[in-house]
Amino acid sequence: MRNIRTYTEVGPGGASIPEQVVAQGDRLAARLKDIRSVVGIASGKGGVGKSALTANLAAALASDGLRVGALDADLNGPSLARMLGVVGKRMVEGEHGIEPPTAAVGVRVVSMELFQDGEDAPLRWRGPEADGWVWRNVVETGTLRELISDVAWGELDVLLVDVAPGTDRIGRLLDLVPDPAALLLVTTPSEMSRRVVARSARLVREACVGKVGIVENMTSWECPNCNALTDLYEPAGPDLSGRDGIEKWGAVPFDPRLARSTDEGVPFVLSHPETPAALAIREIIARLLGELEAK
Amino acid sequence: MKFLCLPCDQVMTFAERQVPGDGTLAAVFSCPSCEREMAMLTNPYETQLVSGLGVKIGGRTVPEQPMELLRTSLDGARPDAFVEADAPPAAATLAGDVPIAGRLTWSADALERLERVPSFVRGMVKRIYADWARERGISEMTPELMSRARTELGLEEM
Repeated sequence: MRNIRTYTEVGPGGASIPEQVVAQGDRLAARLKDIRSVVGIASGKGGVGKSALTANLAAALASDGLRVGALDADLNGPSLARMLGVVGKRMVEGEHGIEPPTAAVGVRVVSMELFQDGEDAPLRWRGPEADGWVWRNVVETGTLRELISDVAWGELDVLLVDVAPGTDRIGRLLDLVPDPAALLLVTTPSEMSRRVVARSARLVREACVGKVGIVENMTSWECPNCNALTDLYEPAGPDLSGRDGIEKWGAVPFDPRLARSTDEGVPFVLSHPETPAALAIREIIARLLGELEAK
Repeated sequence: MKFLCLPCDQVMTFAERQVPGDGTLAAVFSCPSCEREMAMLTNPYETQLVSGLGVKIGGRTVPEQPMELLRTSLDGARPDAFVEADAPPAAATLAGDVPIAGRLTWSADALERLERVPSFVRGMVKRIYADWARERGISEMTPELMSRARTELGLEEM
């Protein structure tokens, strides 16, 4: 057998791809330097209310005077721009990157909704249809990288990242931002949701993410007549809190006005500040800020 | 991705990239010792896989532009997604205006040509031309200069 020198032995040259990938990483790192805390809002499960929670956390944090960005990392099912009322707004080709639109409360928002033509436009990439599975994931990860590194976020106290359903999507975020300041795992009290989120919890534990909190959403329902809170689910499935430093940071009761409000682009936490759901979100913020302070 | 010339035991250097427009790509490498050349031919999904990384085989002639991958890959993009930060008033862009020191003006013909670029990527393409012109001390961009820049920068993929 011939003795052919290996890739690492032959020195520089060739297609120059690694150098370009390193440059992309440098650009991402430079952008992240201006962001004090990146906080992921994830689950693994879909339909548990991550995006509505993200929108309301962002609005509440901004209303408290923090400089907040909100990134919709759900490329295939974006909703954050609508929930924060910036759908249809244009991005500015700025000197230091793409300047995102700002929601009424001052939150800087980036979502695929801002790039796509038409409310019902599915996410489609140019490229050969045959064997699209070979390249589609690479394009989407690269796009997510650009949504962080190429946006002129400015100096932020917090960048909230609404992570798409699927435990692999949490891994994708951690590939780009290996050390987020905190990660919220959102679940409902249902057995199915808890089982899926348990997988996500294991993933983030194994990735050594420092601050991880569980948020239970849609836990109870407030009677409009007597204001009594009644459990929506009989809690089932694995208890996610208390394992390996992962604690429950809060529970948000179900309120149909929250869904309606966010659909209309009005953060519920600001429009209905005295409701149990809004107060619960405020408690989560207090816990989150305490954890970020302690980091 | 490197190519080793086995007779010379030398890493071949990138020489040329051609994009015929059918989704395939040809990249030419040559041996610095014996000057033997070889072409790497990629099929459409291999080409897309590499461009999906946001890289160019052989290196870049212009720096990566903001959201270049998204803007060149997204199908069904919103035409008015972007607006220029410092768009000069229309009158100031007409040919014959006195150029502001250090500022690039565009002839009417150049603007017309730029208008043909899809709006989703127009700002990015304009910036590439503007950077090229500034580096050469050019104060007014014309269609002829745009063609020159396109050739020099190898913008066949944009």
